[in-house]
Amino acid sequence: MYNKSVELVVGLFMVAGMAALMFLALQVSGLSLDSQKDSYRVYAQFDDLGGLSVRGRVSMAGVAIGRVSDVSLDKESAMALVEMEIYAEVDNLTTDSVASIQTSGLLGDKFVAISVGADEEYLQDGDTIFDTQSALNLEKLIGAFASGQADI
Amino acid sequence: MVESIQKLGRTGIEFISALGRSGVFLLRAIMGLSFTRKGVGLLVKQFYQVGVLSLIIIIVSGMFIGMVLGLQGYSILVDYGSEQAVGQMVALTLVRELGPVVTALLFAGRAGSALTAEIGLMKATEQLSSLEMMGVDPMRHIIAPRFWAGFMSLPILAAIFSAVGIFGGMLVSVDWLGVYDGAFWSNMQSAVEFDADVVNGMIKAVVFGLVVTWIAVFQGYDLIPTSEGISNATTKTVVYSSLAILGLDFLLTAVMFGGL
Repeated sequence: MYNKSVELVVGLFMVAGMAALMFLALQVSGLSLDSQKDSYRVYAQFDDLGGLSVRGRVSMAGVAIGRVSDVSLDKESAMALVEMEIYAEVDNLTTDSVASIQTSGLLGDKFVAISVGADEEYLQDGDTIFDTQSALNLEKLIGAFASGQADI
Repeated sequence: MVESIQKLGRTGIEFISALGRSGVFLLRAIMGLSFTRKGVGLLVKQFYQVGVLSLIIIIVSGMFIGMVLGLQGYSILVDYGSEQAVGQMVALTLVRELGPVVTALLFAGRAGSALTAEIGLMKATEQLSSLEMMGVDPMRHIIAPRFWAGFMSLPILAAIFSAVGIFGGMLVSVDWLGVYDGAFWSNMQSAVEFDADVVNGMIKAVVFGLVVTWIAVFQGYDLIPTSEGISNATTKTVVYSSLAILGLDFLLTAVMFGGL
C-alpha cells in the first residue's frame, strides 16, 4: 500500500511539531514544569500603584518570592488593594514587613519589594501587610521640584 | 431591470445552496475518518503530501521572517536604548500573529491549491464516480484523509514556523547585532505567557487549518468538471482561503486579545 519510509517521515514531522511546541512552551514562554508551586496569599493596600499590574513580580532582596495575583480598588479606604501569591517556602515574612512598589531600572516594570521587620510572628494565608510605600511618581516629583517645594 | 434583479436572486440562491452543500460536505468529511489499517495508511500518505512536503517552505519563510523581525525590531528599539526587548517583540509577533497567519497563507498556496487541483482532476476524469460505481465511498477514501491531514498539519507547521522564526530572530539580534542573550531570553520569557499567547496562537492555527482545508477540498469536489473549471476552482481556493484567514484572524484577535 504505502512504504515504511513515508510513515517514518510523517512520524518525524509530528515529532518536529511537538518539539517546536515544547520549545515555545519551555524556552519562549518560560513555562516551568513546576510552575504550580504551593503558595499563600498576602494582601497590601497602597495609595498609588503607579502602573503595577497583575502578574507583576514580588521580590525580597531582589529575589522573586511570588507574584501579584489580583489588583482591585478598596472602596471604603479609596486605596488600591493588591493580592499577592507568595511561595510557600518563603514563610518568614514577619507581620511588620514593609511592602513598597519599586521600578526595575528607570522606566522598567513595577514590582512589589518586601522587606522583613523584627517581629516574632509571621504572616499567614490571608493576612495583610499594613506598612506600605506607594510607587514613586516621577511626574509628582518633577512637579514638586518645579514649584520649589522639594519636601515630599 | 427585471432581468438584473432575477440575476441577483439566482446568485443569492446559488451562494446559499453552495453554503449548504459545503456544510453537509464538511460534516461528511469529518465523519469519514476511519481507523482501519487501510484508513490510517491513506491518512499517513496524505500527511506526507500535505504536511511534510510543505515543511521546506515553512522553515525557510519562518527563518527569514524571524530574521527580518529581529533586524527591524533592533533598528527601532536601539534608538530607545532598549534593544533587549527585541526578543519579546519577535516572540510575541510570531506566536500571536505571524506564525499562524503566514503559515496558513503559505499552506493555502502550497497545499490547498494542490488539493483542489487533484480532487478536481479526479472529478473531471470521472474517477470519483467510478469509485462510487465500484461501491467505494470517495468521501471515505479520497476526501476525508485529505481533509484530516490538512487540518492536523497546519497547527504542527505553525508551531514549527514560530519556533524557527524565533531562532532566526535570535541569530540576527544576538549573534550578529550583539544583543545580550540572557536579556533576550529573559525578556521574552517574562513577556510571553503560555496559556495566553502560545495556546491562543495554536487555537488560531487550528481554526485556519479547518477553514483552509475545508475550502480547498470543497472547491475541488464541487467544481465544474472542465479544465477551465479546475483552474477557476484553484484560484478560488487561494483567494477565498486568504480572505478567510485574514478576516478570521481579526475576529479571533478581537476575541482573544481585545477583551471582548
